Amino acid sequence: MKNKPKETTKSGKNAKGGWIFLAIVLLIYGVTALLDMDLAMQAIASFIHLFDKVWPVLLIVFILIFMINLFLEPVWVKKYLGRRSGLTGWLAAMVGGMLSTGPVYPWYALLSDLREQGMKTSLAAVFLYSRAIKLPLLPLLVHYFGLTYTMILVGYLVVFSIISGLVMEKIEEVHKDSN
Amino acid sequence: MSNKLKRSARKTLQTFINILPIVLGMLLLTSLVVKAFPAQVANGLFGQNNFLDALLGATFGGITAGHPLVSYVFGGELLASGVSLFAVTALIVSWVTVGVVQLPAEALILGKSFAIYRNLMSYLFAIAIAFLTVFSLQLLSLFH
Repeated sequence: MKNKPKETTKSGKNAKGGWIFLAIVLLIYGVTALLDMDLAMQAIASFIHLFDKVWPVLLIVFILIFMINLFLEPVWVKKYLGRRSGLTGWLAAMVGGMLSTGPVYPWYALLSDLREQGMKTSLAAVFLYSRAIKLPLLPLLVHYFGLTYTMILVGYLVVFSIISGLVMEKIEEVHKDSN
Repeated sequence: MSNKLKRSARKTLQTFINILPIVLGMLLLTSLVVKAFPAQVANGLFGQNNFLDALLGATFGGITAGHPLVSYVFGGELLASGVSLFAVTALIVSWVTVGVVQLPAEALILGKSFAIYRNLMSYLFAIAIAFLTVFSLQLLSLFH
């Protein structure tokens, strides 16, 4: 009951901030068009091409968010990705990050939703860092840089995704202590 | 169940409305950044020393947005044109882990301090991974 007004304010603030951000970007495009119309047109063509690739991923992500809202109980999130999730949570966040496809923006929304339901900050960091390991793209990495390089790089990315989670956890603790 | 279905649909729609302008804005910004800084600009910058190369690689990867596939191809081409593996590794790691262009969206959705600390940390990690990877490769080559 105590938290309700705060949540509403935060959500409203986020929604307003998003539209202001879009307006600023459109303003940047306007200025760019005045200075270099050709560049602005190329950027718009690139945007259309990108959006064409992004919308199916967006659709999948929002279906996932809907399923999460429908079936996922905060108790479950707290158990597997929450404060006492342990090794399973770290593993789930890492595998989730590796399997997540498409641009990162839709995944921010999913992580935000999960965090509202009790997901640990460290696991959100692990998820985002392990997105650097793109399983379908590994053959291309091997093609350009070789198998040994790829194996070493992926190994370090796994290790540093865990470190990133630990560091974010520590930063959150320090912030809580100072507040 | 029907109530829960309605509640979930309403919550998802609200998330969609909140996220839509951010996604559109980020895609527009990404397109503009990618078009404004073509690949040729980067070619002349690298090649001073290993640390500077890694620093530049991580910086370039952090401010450039796009599909990771592009970073592999771009990194591969840079390597082929003589740019050091320190720079290329830092670039392909920070391309995905650091997001200066995505920072406003990350800050709006996941919180300002989370976004700033995570990106700063990822930037430093990209440099560290570049050195560790190249040194590990050099170490392995001693045994072959």
